[in-house]
Amino acid sequence: MVVPLHHIIAIASLLFSIGVLGVLFRRNAIIVFMSIEIMLNAVNLAFVAFSNYHGNVHGQVFVFFTMTLAAAEVAVGLAIIISLFRNLQTSDITEIHNLKN
Amino acid sequence: MTTALFYLFAALLIGSALFVVLNRNPMYSVVALVFGFANLAGIYFLLEAYFIGALQVLVYAGAIMVLFLFVVMLLDVKPDKPRRGLVHLDRWWFAILVVLFLGLLLGIVPGAVRLITSVPAGHEADIGNVERVGQALFTSYLLPFEVAALLLTVALIGTVFLAKRKI
Amino acid sequence: MTWLDINSTLPELIILATALLLLMLEVLSTPPRNSFIWVALAGMGLSLASVLGTPLSGNYYGNMIALSTFTRFIDVITIALVMCTFLFSAPYLRRTLEERGEYYALILFAAVGMMLMAKAHDLTMTFLGLELLSVPLYILAGFYRNRISSNEASIKYLLLGAFSTGFFLFGIALIYGSIGSTNYDIIQQAIVNGQELSRGLTLAGFALLLIGFAFKVALAPFHMYAPDVYQGAPTAITAFLSTGPKVAAFAALLKLVIVVFAVTTRHWWGVMWLLSVLTMTVGNVTALVQDNLKRMLAFSGVAHAGYLAIGILVGTSDGAFGLLFYLAIYSVTTLVAFGLVALVEREQEDGLEVSSYRGLAQKNPFIAAAFALALLSLAGFPPTAGFTAKFFVFNSAVEAGYIWLVIIAVINSLISVYYYLRPVVAMYMREPEDDRRVTLPPITVPALVLLVLVALGLGIMPFTLVQSGVSAAASLF
Repeated sequence: MVVPLHHIIAIASLLFSIGVLGVLFRRNAIIVFMSIEIMLNAVNLAFVAFSNYHGNVHGQVFVFFTMTLAAAEVAVGLAIIISLFRNLQTSDITEIHNLKN
Repeated sequence: MTTALFYLFAALLIGSALFVVLNRNPMYSVVALVFGFANLAGIYFLLEAYFIGALQVLVYAGAIMVLFLFVVMLLDVKPDKPRRGLVHLDRWWFAILVVLFLGLLLGIVPGAVRLITSVPAGHEADIGNVERVGQALFTSYLLPFEVAALLLTVALIGTVFLAKRKI
Repeated sequence: MTWLDINSTLPELIILATALLLLMLEVLSTPPRNSFIWVALAGMGLSLASVLGTPLSGNYYGNMIALSTFTRFIDVITIALVMCTFLFSAPYLRRTLEERGEYYALILFAAVGMMLMAKAHDLTMTFLGLELLSVPLYILAGFYRNRISSNEASIKYLLLGAFSTGFFLFGIALIYGSIGSTNYDIIQQAIVNGQELSRGLTLAGFALLLIGFAFKVALAPFHMYAPDVYQGAPTAITAFLSTGPKVAAFAALLKLVIVVFAVTTRHWWGVMWLLSVLTMTVGNVTALVQDNLKRMLAFSGVAHAGYLAIGILVGTSDGAFGLLFYLAIYSVTTLVAFGLVALVEREQEDGLEVSSYRGLAQKNPFIAAAFALALLSLAGFPPTAGFTAKFFVFNSAVEAGYIWLVIIAVINSLISVYYYLRPVVAMYMREPEDDRRVTLPPITVPALVLLVLVALGLGIMPFTLVQSGVSAAASLF
């Protein structure tokens, strides 16, 4: 493939920035969580692109570990959200006060 | 052909990421993110990272996003109410700082990559297939692999503890 | 992999075995589960014995980890912190909710993460160690499953932790992109020889890595989450939250800066300088107006992160030694201070205000004396160890030429005296408001003995720790 490396990295950086904006400026905890997933995927894209460029396997192995972490974090995070939801007894998860600031 | 495909996948990926962040209904966000991750898997295949591409579909678009979908439905998360505003910008100076920082990031990182002149030494063949990645995982990356397993154990304990009603 | 590799991680393996044993016991036993604490303590004791008994050094697991006097130093601090946390946890848990095997097991997993993070010789291990430390802490912060404040602390900690992990990982990705490896030795060689594909990319990667670390150790302006999380979490956990990640992250950062990025200091020292000044000032000034002891100690922790950042900035072996010495003193003192707050605390998060400490010296002179000693050491009064530690760090900074930084730090230390003395004055010079009794559970006595040894013993005779601190710092270079 003849796509220049800096185009792929620009896309990864853009994706990362979209994720950062989502985390910082959305109220909904689940959307915030998804924005973090977007950030992690931007990182994975950068790793794979660099791995392809360098021609060694380290970057792809790292992506494997990032995915493990993402799975672990999502499992724990959603469990906390469920437990919070149970205590608040409301369907509106955005009512978590103090979540921001 | 592959080049055109790459830009197509990339455009769809960025588009769906923007949709995730900018719309009010969490359900739509989840589905858009699944779509975006599928496109990302396409990019991985184009970059010859076949194992990672498969994992992306199985683990991310499959397992993780299904978990999200499940929680959104279980909790019956309603779309954000329009009157509250999509984003909260109570601290404008903070928003400006963030945008400045991200602008810097978007300028520096691809710029630095564009300036790369030297070519890295020694390509290995077929780095993306399962055999090569697996070999690395179980030889030089053995300890990190075990630690990753521990991480999943911890997540398992935590999830059961936090989410189960009676233990 | 050889037996030597397995031997090199023996302390971690012992801790893991203990954690798994506790999980098994949790399933098999019926309440009350009073014996769990002893199993956990025995495991940590064995692990300590193996740390001291097998003085290995060198690289293991194919250069994934590197053992040295430095990592042994961090191992010992980790084990001491975890044991103190256990000692304070047992009576706290019995009072507020039942003891559970998961509680001890998760702390043990976090301890393994801390130890691996300091040993890491590859960014993969640094990252995984950090996560193995963080994920159990997210769960532990929400350990009161039925209390909304604990749930909120937990979700907030997790979201911000995951957010900072994003920066951390992007930083690693850029460094990998510039050099083609995540191994410390290879990165260091490439930087020294100028063999990176792009110096700008390496530095951008390091900057993002630094942001990730700044979140974990709560450097301003990335400290916003810390007070809320510390306040919402169960107090015994707060004790560990405010010390464990700091020790591990500062150890890893110190190693990274000295072993890998030392040559690039001229590019980033200004940023670190600013972070340090901002952190200590924001931490101290905000702590002045706090009435809640947990919040006050949280901001005090932020301020101390600022002092610790000086040790990173200096970059000489004196600076590294000062940082390690400070880290040991700070972590033990803060942990015991939070532990004592947990003892004074009443049901439903009551009894955390400074006013609740009025006349504590009459109610329980031991707790009052220990708490006063911890606070005076944090404030840096001579002859406590807090003073000696500050002296070592500031002295190394002056020798490295950071005069203004030291002047600002000294002014900050003077400001901090006010809020550290407020509870002391309340305890000794005010009359008690109620006749509620505050008891000192016998199990916590060893932790108080350790406090006296560290805060007072090392203040008067610092030489006992200086020896091992200097050799630990020297092993980094």
